[in-house]
Amino acid sequence: MQTIEGKVWNFGKDIDTDLIIAARYLNTSVPEELAKHVMEDADPTFVKSMTPGDIIVADDNFGCGSSREHAPIALKAAGVAAVIAPTFARIFYRNAFNMGLPIFELPESREIKKGDVVTINMDEGTITNKTNGKVYKFTPIPPFMQELIDAGGLMNFAANEVAKGEK
Amino acid sequence: MGQTITEKIFSGHVGKKVYAGEIVRSNIDMIIGNDITTPISIKAFEESGAEKLANPDGFALVLDHFIPAKDIASANQAKISREFAYKHDLKNYFDEKDMGIEHALLPEKGLVVPGDVIIGADSHTCTHGALGAFSTGMGSTDLAFGMITGGNWFKVPESIKVIFTGELQANVYGKDLILEVVRQIGVDGALYQALEFTGSTIETLSMDDRFSLCNMAIEAGAKNGIIAVDDITKAFLADKNLAREPKLHYSDDDANYVRVVKIDVTNLEPVIAYPSLPSNGKPLSQAVADKIAVDQVFIGSCTNGRLSDLKMASEILKGKRVARRTRLIVTPATQQIFKDAERLGYIDIIIDAGGVVSNPTCGACLGGYMGILGDGEVAIATTNRNFVGRMGARSSGIYLANSAVAAASAITGFITDPLSLQ
Repeated sequence: MQTIEGKVWNFGKDIDTDLIIAARYLNTSVPEELAKHVMEDADPTFVKSMTPGDIIVADDNFGCGSSREHAPIALKAAGVAAVIAPTFARIFYRNAFNMGLPIFELPESREIKKGDVVTINMDEGTITNKTNGKVYKFTPIPPFMQELIDAGGLMNFAANEVAKGEK
Repeated sequence: MGQTITEKIFSGHVGKKVYAGEIVRSNIDMIIGNDITTPISIKAFEESGAEKLANPDGFALVLDHFIPAKDIASANQAKISREFAYKHDLKNYFDEKDMGIEHALLPEKGLVVPGDVIIGADSHTCTHGALGAFSTGMGSTDLAFGMITGGNWFKVPESIKVIFTGELQANVYGKDLILEVVRQIGVDGALYQALEFTGSTIETLSMDDRFSLCNMAIEAGAKNGIIAVDDITKAFLADKNLAREPKLHYSDDDANYVRVVKIDVTNLEPVIAYPSLPSNGKPLSQAVADKIAVDQVFIGSCTNGRLSDLKMASEILKGKRVARRTRLIVTPATQQIFKDAERLGYIDIIIDAGGVVSNPTCGACLGGYMGILGDGEVAIATTNRNFVGRMGARSSGIYLANSAVAAASAITGFITDPLSLQ
């Protein structure tokens, strides 16, 4: 059974990728360097206070703005285990899958509060708030994205084509 | 069933009629990378085992964000792109010698063409939709996939039709049209969708204004912004050495739209987006009444760093002086725009007024390089994003505006109506 369990951090709506990782840190793409500044302009205390394995639960339109893939890289390298939000911005959504950062669309995200402990069950498609026992169904991953994930992700797909000599 | 222009562009690329919601694997005509996002793509490219690009001439590498290097890390980062460009003998490689912001430079060079499918590892890649192309931002890994295979996966987007009618008032530009759209529908109002701009107002809108308009489609969460080709587009393309034969597509009368937004611009004032979201637009008259002092004025970026922006700024600044407590930075978007502005006398006027004119770069827009805001400072900028900390300190604030309002504000030190200076 594939599960992710962690303690929740809340962020609001329209969390843009400048808040996730500010442009002033984009003179490198080294994950560990980016991780030092993740969410800095949204909450300067986040990096120091979070524990690897924690889960971000935000409001609508998480990851809007710049296409910088440094955003999911920074979150993942900091140890953020998953991001849950009612909706994600389009480019971030795709980048997160490509980078292997688990993200889940959950319309009821606002009900999950800071400090709650949630369990995400990927097989059952559920998110359980262990703090109050509430169980939610997250929006299923689109079939096409699931196929890409099953194939090992976009770059594995590309590597397979290279190996087959198709390109 | 009728099709939108976006559906027709994808249909043309995959060889059958496709509609919104369908997943297609399409070839790509132009892939765009920059100095910040491409190093991640290059790493993925090399790890895949690929030895050459599927379509080398369909890849443009533009070093524009932190160039000339602002520090050692930026220099090392740029080296990754440079070495890749030399190794693969890239034709469309634009470094300091041919400087320009990618979304101003590529149309100028004729590398983006009507009917194209274009992706860029930069969210403002949607700018090129002004040429009747499908153009969208993606991440670095998706870019790498395009470099390796020559194509990528797309969900054909639903379209929102935006119909602008009426005649624009003085000092109202393409920038104000898109700020009004984002104000009305919100920063996620067009999530995953295309914004198709039409109507009588568009028919007379200049190409510079159309680029501004499509540039900020992403600020409404849109996948792409698009304007069909007309005589104004054709005149823009006429003196360009185009990379491909243009393909003209037009939406059918019975095409399906998920939403229609009608905006009568007759009484539209210049729009000022207050901190800290582009959707936070207010009419200029309100911003004037709010007496907002500005420490810095920035005119530049892929949104508003074009020749018409420098022209309108210089007309307002001529014989005037930037306010004592205010700084003005002007960044022409490309070397060609810089040269033209010099030849036409705009640069002299801006410098005489007390403005700093920089080399072409994304620079101050993203707070990464030059023109950084300090604690509590306030800027009015012709850029596209006023997010928290976008141009510098977390406590700084950004008001987005068109170039005429920005220039007028530089003179008084407060957000100012250009008409009040006449």
